[in-house]
Amino acid sequence: MSDFLTQFAPALPEIFVLVMVSLILLIDAALGDSKRYVAYVLSLATIAGAAFLTARDFSTMPVLALGGLFIDDPLSDVLKLFLYLTVAVVLVYSRDYLRQRGLYKGEFFVLALFALLGMMVMVSASHFLTLYLGLELLSLSLYAMVALQRDSSIATEAAMKYFVLGALASGMLLYGMSMVYGVTGSLALADMAQILSDGTDLRIPLVFGIVFIVSGLAFKLGAVPFHMWVPDVYHGAPTAMTLFIGSAPKIAAFAFVFRILGQGLESQVAEWRDMLVILAVLSMAVGNIAAIAQTNLKRMLAYSTISHMGFMLLGILAGSQNGYGSAMFYVLVYALMSLGGFGMILLLSRAGFEADKLDDFKGLNRRSPWLAFLMLLLMFSMAGIPPTVGFYAKLAVLQAVVEIGYVWLAVAAVLFSLIGAFYYLRIVKLMYFDTPHDTTPIAPCVDSRVIMSANGLAVLALGILPQPLMAVCMYAIGASF
Amino acid sequence: MFGQSILSLVIWVPILAGVAVLATGSDRNAALARWIALAGALLGFIVAIPLVTGFDTGTSAMQFVEKAAWIPAFNIHYHLGVDGISMPLILLNSFITVLVVIAGWQVIQDKVAQYMAAFLIMSGLINGVFASLDGILFYVFFEGMLIPLYLIVGVWGGPNRVYAAFKFFLYTLLGSLLMLVSMIYLYFQSGGSFDIQTWHTTTLGMTAQTLMFFAFLLAFGVKVPMWPVHTWLPDAHVEAPTGGSVVLAAITLKVGAYGFLRFILPILPDASAELAWFVIMLSLIAVAYIGLVALAQSDMKKLIAYSSIAHMGFVTLGFFMFSPLGLEGGLVQMISHGFVSAALFLCIGVMYDRLHSRQIKDYGGLVNKMPVFAAFFMLFAMANAGLPATSGFVGEFMVIMAAAKVNFWYAFVAATTLIFGAAYTLWMYKRVVFGNVTNPHVEEMKDVNAREILLLGVLAVCVLAMGLYPKPFTDVMHVSVVDLLAHVAQSKLP
Repeated sequence: MSDFLTQFAPALPEIFVLVMVSLILLIDAALGDSKRYVAYVLSLATIAGAAFLTARDFSTMPVLALGGLFIDDPLSDVLKLFLYLTVAVVLVYSRDYLRQRGLYKGEFFVLALFALLGMMVMVSASHFLTLYLGLELLSLSLYAMVALQRDSSIATEAAMKYFVLGALASGMLLYGMSMVYGVTGSLALADMAQILSDGTDLRIPLVFGIVFIVSGLAFKLGAVPFHMWVPDVYHGAPTAMTLFIGSAPKIAAFAFVFRILGQGLESQVAEWRDMLVILAVLSMAVGNIAAIAQTNLKRMLAYSTISHMGFMLLGILAGSQNGYGSAMFYVLVYALMSLGGFGMILLLSRAGFEADKLDDFKGLNRRSPWLAFLMLLLMFSMAGIPPTVGFYAKLAVLQAVVEIGYVWLAVAAVLFSLIGAFYYLRIVKLMYFDTPHDTTPIAPCVDSRVIMSANGLAVLALGILPQPLMAVCMYAIGASF
Repeated sequence: MFGQSILSLVIWVPILAGVAVLATGSDRNAALARWIALAGALLGFIVAIPLVTGFDTGTSAMQFVEKAAWIPAFNIHYHLGVDGISMPLILLNSFITVLVVIAGWQVIQDKVAQYMAAFLIMSGLINGVFASLDGILFYVFFEGMLIPLYLIVGVWGGPNRVYAAFKFFLYTLLGSLLMLVSMIYLYFQSGGSFDIQTWHTTTLGMTAQTLMFFAFLLAFGVKVPMWPVHTWLPDAHVEAPTGGSVVLAAITLKVGAYGFLRFILPILPDASAELAWFVIMLSLIAVAYIGLVALAQSDMKKLIAYSSIAHMGFVTLGFFMFSPLGLEGGLVQMISHGFVSAALFLCIGVMYDRLHSRQIKDYGGLVNKMPVFAAFFMLFAMANAGLPATSGFVGEFMVIMAAAKVNFWYAFVAATTLIFGAAYTLWMYKRVVFGNVTNPHVEEMKDVNAREILLLGVLAVCVLAMGLYPKPFTDVMHVSVVDLLAHVAQSKLP
């Protein structure tokens, strides 16, 4: 009995979330539309409870559980805490937006929490099966979230594309995993790493498997040339869903990539590094160049996401502890900036008005100097201009790339980020240099406004003192090696 | 109490004052915003004064040093310190900030708090650039100052301000991003240090030095600006408000030139020696060709902008003569140009506020209506042309002498600036100030008021004092310059 408990104890936060989601589903169905706030409050309470459990049982040493399917290490705990924070902020930002559009339903909260559960499983997986299980739980929740706005043809189209391409990617990933299983005879990442580091004669099936795995990962990350779904889904989905897709899942995706490439296939770095180099360069190029041509802010931020994922890959392809730590720092910073960027669209929108055109930001400085200032910080951070935290994220991945001797890659990266600076500057230009054509007062509710202020100022505060976050990332990665 | 942290005060007092100004909010509190801004700028200047009084001119070591761990993960420190090269520039910047606040007192009526705050924050960041001894800290200040400058040009600028703001931002960003990669490379070459003084002793191969030379040259050359990457400057100047032009010309151009002395020469001495001819050629082209371009301008601000490029060509020319005379000449020229260009842009601002035109042809006969102003303008025009007894003469003369020692033809081409400079400045002056009043609006122009007399008078004193007795300036620099040259003379090849 006690052995049974020790096997399950590390997964307590996941079990807690699962139980709570089931409860919320039942309670909300019983209470009906007028008492939706119960589901909202319970969802936030669930996240707070999970955060409490994770923080209480913070593990300083990796602990394998559930027969090697599940790992509880500093990396997973740190990432889970950031996931909770991100999802909680998403829920706060989204509330008014969803209510104004008739999407304020119990399903949203249930799906969001299921997605969170999927992400938690992904970051704690130590086995191909759990990795895949977590990924599918996340993906299926997201497909449904995008499709939640049933009567919008553009949202339905986005959901369809997302589903078909996502399923294709899952298939490729599974195929690659089966090839690697064929070579190593194990699905557990630790055993796999052990067997591969001893060397294998089956080079061709192994490389074949790695190609499929990397393609599947690239699909999920939205790296070029597997990026086609990203702009359509980001653009088509209701902004609250875009906010969700664009923030927390990136953190989980980092963990997913790190677990497979950095831990399972660690010894094969020479094989997958060149693939990631190509993906990274193409993502930075296409993302930054295509973003210039966009007139819709959500679409522009979608392309910007592609380029950011390219940057994050720079850290991973370094294949060093330093590189993974930098990539982790990058992805956390990116989630923070993405929350702010999409959150701002939510704050400025109102019933019957989406605020997702670039022109909707014209003259924001005259309408609300404070929100304009926060958006200015977010845009300069995305462009990687100090003293915002985005700069240190770029610095971290660039130094990781230079360390392995790929100076040319660092030069290419900074040149593409120069192109990227143009369209972020354009947002600042619209807000500060132009006069508004829309003078409706901006009245976001108090809690969104407070969280947005904290979000924007965090970008600046972490830019002045980046060390705490940097140290957390380096510690988490270091303890997982 | 603050004796240990003078440099931190010099950086953070203006920035915090800027934040305080921002807190006054909308234009209803414009008067309050102006007074806080003035108090902040004055306080920023006052806290910089101990840098002069406590400065030891007998040593080339860094003074007023502060060092604290900032980002231990990458061994980045909050490391500040000044020597004889950077200290005068910090003082110049703090001084000009006060003038800029006063210059914008009445002219700026729209978003006053944001305007004043942008200048104060930028002033603090620029002080940070001059005081940083850590590469990444330097880079943060170096890039951070682009944000307020971008807003200043874009929000309060002229009709074509958006184009100018983008051009300026992207041009300078291009240069600095390549510099960032070089810095990261140096970090690994020096065994994991971002300390600039450690980089000064890091051995580097010739290929690496050459590549980094061009990266740094682009970063600082764009800021200086050197021919042929100078084209952003006339656009930015023309579109910027008066205060923006003053800061651009007087201060930000110096940041580029300063980078040559702190980074290129000491970190890459072999490449600098090898490629000196290249920089000298670019500088001479700037001096001679841009001088001719200035002659053809019809817009006064553009004319002064081109004249700035020509004068900065002198600075870089002096640096690459590798002699104390040339280097000190370049530094004196930097400070002198800070005063003179600030004064000339303020003069143009005075005229623009009254007539709302910068075209030379719209003026004429100004001396009949504004005699006091005409006298001030005369002095500054003469200083720009390099008349002896003004500060403009000292630096140019030193650089020409240094150039003559190296190569007669360098000196010959450089000396043409005395002709071209006199030609374009005095010709502009003649067309604007003398002759008959042809434009009826000029008839209505009033002479300078007390605020403007204060601004121009203070600068006139500086220009004359430096022209008549430059020794205090060169004394401060001398030991640092000699030490820098000794350092540059040593090869760093492995």
